[in-house]
Amino acid sequence: QSTLVVAEHNNDKLTPITLSAITAASKLGGEVTCLVAGTECSKVVEEVSKVQGVKKVLVAQHDAYKGALPEELTPLILATQQQFTFTHICAGASAFGKNLLPRVAAKLDVAPISDIIEIKSPDTFVRTIYAGNALSTVKCNESVKVFTVRGTSFEPAAVEGGSATSEAVASPSPAGLSEWVEQNLSKSDRPELTGAKVVVSGGRGLKSGENFKLLYDLAEKMNAAVGASRAAVDAGYVPNDMQVGQTGKIVAPELYIAVGISGAIQHLAGMKDSKDPEAPIFQVADFGLVADLFKVRSRFS
Amino acid sequence: MSGRVLVGVKRVIDYAVKIRVKPDHSGVVTEGVKHSMNPFCEIAVEEAVKMKEKKLIKEVVVVSCGPQQVQETIRTALAMGADRGIHVEVLAKDYESLGPLQVSKIMAALAKKEEAQLVILGKQAIDGDCNQTGQMTAALLDWSQGTFASEVTLEGGQVKVVREIDGGLETIKINTPAVITADLRLNTPRYATLPNIMKAKKKKIANVKPVDLGVELTSKLEVLRVDEPPQRQAGVKVETVDDLVGKLKEAGRI
Repeated sequence: QSTLVVAEHNNDKLTPITLSAITAASKLGGEVTCLVAGTECSKVVEEVSKVQGVKKVLVAQHDAYKGALPEELTPLILATQQQFTFTHICAGASAFGKNLLPRVAAKLDVAPISDIIEIKSPDTFVRTIYAGNALSTVKCNESVKVFTVRGTSFEPAAVEGGSATSEAVASPSPAGLSEWVEQNLSKSDRPELTGAKVVVSGGRGLKSGENFKLLYDLAEKMNAAVGASRAAVDAGYVPNDMQVGQTGKIVAPELYIAVGISGAIQHLAGMKDSKDPEAPIFQVADFGLVADLFKVRSRFS
Repeated sequence: MSGRVLVGVKRVIDYAVKIRVKPDHSGVVTEGVKHSMNPFCEIAVEEAVKMKEKKLIKEVVVVSCGPQQVQETIRTALAMGADRGIHVEVLAKDYESLGPLQVSKIMAALAKKEEAQLVILGKQAIDGDCNQTGQMTAALLDWSQGTFASEVTLEGGQVKVVREIDGGLETIKINTPAVITADLRLNTPRYATLPNIMKAKKKKIANVKPVDLGVELTSKLEVLRVDEPPQRQAGVKVETVDDLVGKLKEAGRI
């Protein structure tokens, strides 16, 4: 038994979710190998080599891996698989992993398993369905198990203490089907919604986009990410990428502060306008406060 | 581009319904529960219809796999402006285990048969939350993929796709033919108007069986059980902000 973890990185640093994927891979038992493919990724190779649990690092450097396009990475992973015949192939369930691994799985003619939250045994995994409203335990009878790992469900592997060997792998000729143009990451000092430890979310109860500033200020103080309910997004208060819920982002913070949110099931599905003291959100909240949010928040900050 | 766009649509439990797990843990209760088109599929249909309205493509063909009822979902897409439908008939007994791998084999076979230039799908369905079918369809066809798209621009033989990635956006240019998967910000789907619903009744829906497409439906994934997530205990309501802050401090959260 052996597992390949496809590393996500920006040629400079490893993306934290890869450490969670390494933990999941270690839980399977057997040897853990990491594939680092990039344009100039020696720093990342060095970083991965020290991660606890990693036995070997496979390195593929080629200009074609700019932007981590799945059309280019898939043939590389297939060639690697042919050489080493891993029993499991995994990556973090990030935009990167979700984009790439299904493509790899289809080429291997196996059904992949997305976004696992628990490993029961080397062939049995738990994942959420219906945006977290149900848990599905799935047995995978494929010859190679391909899966992505939810970052918040597995502790990151220790970044020190490992001493993996590294080995270069040959790059297949570029597919040339796609071209990476640019990336525009939101410039915010606040943490990313899906990985944040504290999330402050606003709903229609905030009444306007300007009033979200109250939440930004609060979030700043608490080092929190800011989310929103679909109602607030639909009302045009904030952009779509802030939406928490069934059709938006799934968050897993230690503290979730919902302000002016009634807690419709679609919203609860994502975390788990209202003056309603009986609002559904109070059924899942540890602490609820029924008050006028505009009077209350100044005290809070 | 003057080609044909194939759009996949899935019938799912309506997003506003609170799902219930079956007492025997074999799945969730679907009988007697309101179903509608997967919200991400609505966005995919809208995008294709808009392309046709701009005369960038000539035909929108909508596909759904499943038992008889999925024809309603196809009709909804036709009422939104798709030209014709293909119902890939999967019997109820096979439908339970029909997964993204099988669906992508069906979509890939149809894309070839229909000589499609683009396949547009939702990025994921809100029932299984797999987020795989588009990527796998592209793989099986050896086409490029533009997943989680929030902006799609046809530029000659290429498509410029702005993608939703963690923490921001990314722009790629991909060759056609290609598979696109729709994310939330791509567009706002229209409502089907009554006249269009009436018109849609006259549009054609062809019937195809997976075996006609050479697709084998067996799955090697086995759902052992489905459970409710651990229930959260309802907490306490506090009277004042000071109480709230106090309790949060007590709980070590701030």
